[in-house]
Amino acid sequence: MTTTTTSTRTPAEPKGSVGSAHTRVEGRDKVTGTARYAGDIPFADLAYGWLVLSTVARGRVSSVETAPVLEMPGVLEVLHHGNAPRVDRDFNGLMGVPPDPTTGLFQDDRVPHMGWPVALVVAETPEQAREAAETLVVNYEAEPHDVDFSGARPDAYALDGHMPAVTEKGDLEEQLAASAVVVDAEYTTPEEHHSMMEPHAATARWDGGRLDVLDSNQGATWVQNDLAKLFSLDPGAVRVRSEHIGGGFGSKGLRAHQVAAVMAATVLQRPVRVTMTRRQMFSLAGYRSPTTQRVRLGADADGRLRALEHDSLNLTSSVHEYVEPSAGVARVMYDADAHRTVNRVVRLDVPTPTWMRAPGEAPGSFALESALDELAEKCGIDPIELRVRNDPERGPVSGLPFAGRNLVACFREGARRFGWADRDPRPGLRRDGRWLLGTGTAAASFFAGAGPSTARVTAEADGTFTVRIAASDLGTGARTALALVAADALGVPADRIRMHIGDSDFGPAMIAGGSMGTRSWAWAITAAAGELRERLALSGDVPPEGITVRSDTTEAVRALAQKERHSFGAQFAEVAVDPATGEVRVRRMLGIFAAGRIINPLTARSQLVGGMIWGISMALHEEAVRDSGSGGLVGADLAGYHVAANADVALVEADWIDDPDPEDPVGIKGIGEVGIVGAAAAIANAVWHATGVRHRHLPIRPDRVLLAGTATGTDTGGGADA
Amino acid sequence: MREFGYQRATDVSGAVALLDADPHARFLGGGTNLVDLMKSGVERPARLVDVTALPLDRIEPTDDGGLRIGATVTNSDLAAHPLVRHRYPALTQAVLAGASGQLRNMATVGGNLLQRTRCAYFTDVTGPCNKREPGSGCPAARGEHHNHAILGASDHCVAVHPSDMGVALTAFDAVVSYETADGPGELPLADFYLPVGDTPHRETALPPGALITGVTLPPVPAAAHSRYRKVRERASYAFAIGSVAAALDVRDGVVRDARLALGAVASRPWRARAAERVLTGAAADAATFGAAADAELAAARPLPRNGYKVTLMRNLIVAVLTELAGPTRPAGPAQEAAR
Repeated sequence: MTTTTTSTRTPAEPKGSVGSAHTRVEGRDKVTGTARYAGDIPFADLAYGWLVLSTVARGRVSSVETAPVLEMPGVLEVLHHGNAPRVDRDFNGLMGVPPDPTTGLFQDDRVPHMGWPVALVVAETPEQAREAAETLVVNYEAEPHDVDFSGARPDAYALDGHMPAVTEKGDLEEQLAASAVVVDAEYTTPEEHHSMMEPHAATARWDGGRLDVLDSNQGATWVQNDLAKLFSLDPGAVRVRSEHIGGGFGSKGLRAHQVAAVMAATVLQRPVRVTMTRRQMFSLAGYRSPTTQRVRLGADADGRLRALEHDSLNLTSSVHEYVEPSAGVARVMYDADAHRTVNRVVRLDVPTPTWMRAPGEAPGSFALESALDELAEKCGIDPIELRVRNDPERGPVSGLPFAGRNLVACFREGARRFGWADRDPRPGLRRDGRWLLGTGTAAASFFAGAGPSTARVTAEADGTFTVRIAASDLGTGARTALALVAADALGVPADRIRMHIGDSDFGPAMIAGGSMGTRSWAWAITAAAGELRERLALSGDVPPEGITVRSDTTEAVRALAQKERHSFGAQFAEVAVDPATGEVRVRRMLGIFAAGRIINPLTARSQLVGGMIWGISMALHEEAVRDSGSGGLVGADLAGYHVAANADVALVEADWIDDPDPEDPVGIKGIGEVGIVGAAAAIANAVWHATGVRHRHLPIRPDRVLLAGTATGTDTGGGADA
Repeated sequence: MREFGYQRATDVSGAVALLDADPHARFLGGGTNLVDLMKSGVERPARLVDVTALPLDRIEPTDDGGLRIGATVTNSDLAAHPLVRHRYPALTQAVLAGASGQLRNMATVGGNLLQRTRCAYFTDVTGPCNKREPGSGCPAARGEHHNHAILGASDHCVAVHPSDMGVALTAFDAVVSYETADGPGELPLADFYLPVGDTPHRETALPPGALITGVTLPPVPAAAHSRYRKVRERASYAFAIGSVAAALDVRDGVVRDARLALGAVASRPWRARAAERVLTGAAADAATFGAAADAELAAARPLPRNGYKVTLMRNLIVAVLTELAGPTRPAGPAQEAAR
């Protein structure tokens, strides 16, 4: 894989640390193993909890046969609904919604889905706990379950999530009837899982009357707040730390493992660690719901949209309403005289889905940007030109101005570097040995926002500066980026900054989520640093305890004008398809993004490339398959759940155009999610260009390609390898 | 994890004696499958007898021009051996198509033949599986089975054998040597795996307690011109959804000798004898290759969601045979590995 890029741009000479490449400040610790992750931190007297998950998809726990297990070596306790501490499940968490239902651990005998936590076995060693947990007999009264998701569910209903369920303007049927060209197609995406490298792990202990939790999460104050509410504690009595994190992608908020660890630590009055296994993550860590989306587009012969409808259905559990707002992407991307979007859900006996890398936009862009490509084909217009002609000046639904929309500039730059101008739009013409070749493109967007945060910056007597903020570095390089921001805000070299993050004692801060972390934290650090510089300018003397300034951006963030705020991007892909075997290979990808000011080009590129590689996985590999009979997943591990391997990732390049946000103190928008958005559509569109056949169902597996054939008939191949 | 004993055997008779004394013991080769199965609870041996230190790690030519491959030869060493590369290039290609570099450095020839199916129902101990718990049922037949068998399966089990190496060995008439407490024995690979029938838990014809000591390949002149192709759901590090090992000896446009075996279609590597009969003596052309594939796949009984495999295997057989019969030499092992 190559990520080096040669740009003809002449970027402004970096005057400070921001904008120039820096390796991660904790990089050496990580590669030498010095960095401790949540499951690695040693404690005296540590006990280990092992979760026991239900083996039925719906019903009640009739009994838990604890006695034989309590006799096993090292076993200290078995917690279940009959003996676990009571918690308060009736609250909205820091994200404004109730916490995941599995965090209301062991409160009753109901089993709403396969893999529901029914017991925790605690023992002196993890091996003892595991063996006892696997021995524990739990009896159930099973009930019939329903896990079958389809677009034809009559019990689906429209539901607001963090955005309204339905938006509509104009007369859709009238505009469709008046359209010269119509696309009406259904697209589906499968159940997908975060499966970050580091499984969820938490250690809880009581320390001098305070609950101390060492965890791996996307927001220390988020987990602190939600644990405090769950256990009816004063937030000040709970401390959550999360120093190093091996990936989160939306999955690492409050989850069953932290609650289990706190319960056991409370009952046993000693430190208890609970770690999810890879298999348990597939039931307990959340996931992306499958979607069934219908897109209807109507356009004049020149491609101008008269009608746009985007209807998305996702599943949720019987105990929580989660919306995967896939139709939301149409509210940002394209306008039409008649415009209708709706997000619907259906409740099934399955685990509760959650946010996962570009929630809404990732599956939504697959449907919408595939449909745009189909429209371009039908109109005989270049796919980029079609998007240029339909680039709106204001938010299609909101009517608000865009706080920067450099999508067309991304397409222009990307087309130049990808060699798009030489493309023959006709499908199925290019061959390289047994491979048919094609190229495709798609647009990307993701919401760019900021959340209130607090930070403390201290001028130390030795001339260094210490920054404290409850930020989370998911492995993306946030700690390093914030050090660069602090250095520039203080007007000092980055090596004079000491960053301390991931501790709820540092005060409230935005989570690492929604592509909003770095922007939100940088804002708070910049504010505190600015005030500190003013104080230092007044008096150069720093007392031994240093001078500390605290900031709180709540008012400043709320004062932001109402606008359409998003990062944008243009994705390009070239694929090779063997129609005789159905194999699809991505030969190269290019993503050009307009995503605000880039703090650290080294780690930013890595994050964008990572998103694009995830897009390869989404397009070709990822799919969790649920068994109707058992109600559980089939092959819930990384042998059965495929993500792209290195051999699937050829040349992937990410770059950006200058796009600073003038209303952000640092110019940041956010790069966390946008890299995956549109990537699967670009690949699917390239597969069409290679074969002449549309693939509207992800992943584009060999069997699907093989059975779909090519527009000119199934080719049995036979040529030698290229 | 349950506690288990571990002993390292230093000679073959000692290893066999250790297993003979303990019916709950298992031989441990590279551990790339057994250890996974112990973690998931499918295997719960009381004792592991590590055989990797046995003097079975050599590859030697036989007097008649074949090869004898020791049971503890690693996949990496097997693939890299010059005699394997020159005499049986499809075997090198098959081994390199499997797993990852790290796994191939650990995995052994004997263990490869005895690896268990990757059917997800087999590895999930919370549900039924006739192979794991005889009589408990086969959820795959009505569940997720898009990578399951189309040949030789039964109502009791539709799982496929996962080996790549075994497909090439099957094409070339390999013979498995083993040692028991009662002495040595041999089994042609064609007879090594038992039909599924109603006993899917009984997978091989090895006597109880037998230790595989090696695999002997007879001389197969056609194998010098052989090819392994594997189709999978990503470019690397995935089990096949269909694979073909083939060798073709074509003179004056006529097939003199043909060897063909299929992977990921049955409970064992599948020797395509019906196809070979069509090929042998026929014109080396597209019509023959298609007829050969059709002859073999006439016996296919696809499940509701794996019918694509019949098309895939037909295409793959024709493509590989066409490539072997073509004017250009097939890609050698080095090229194949680099792709």
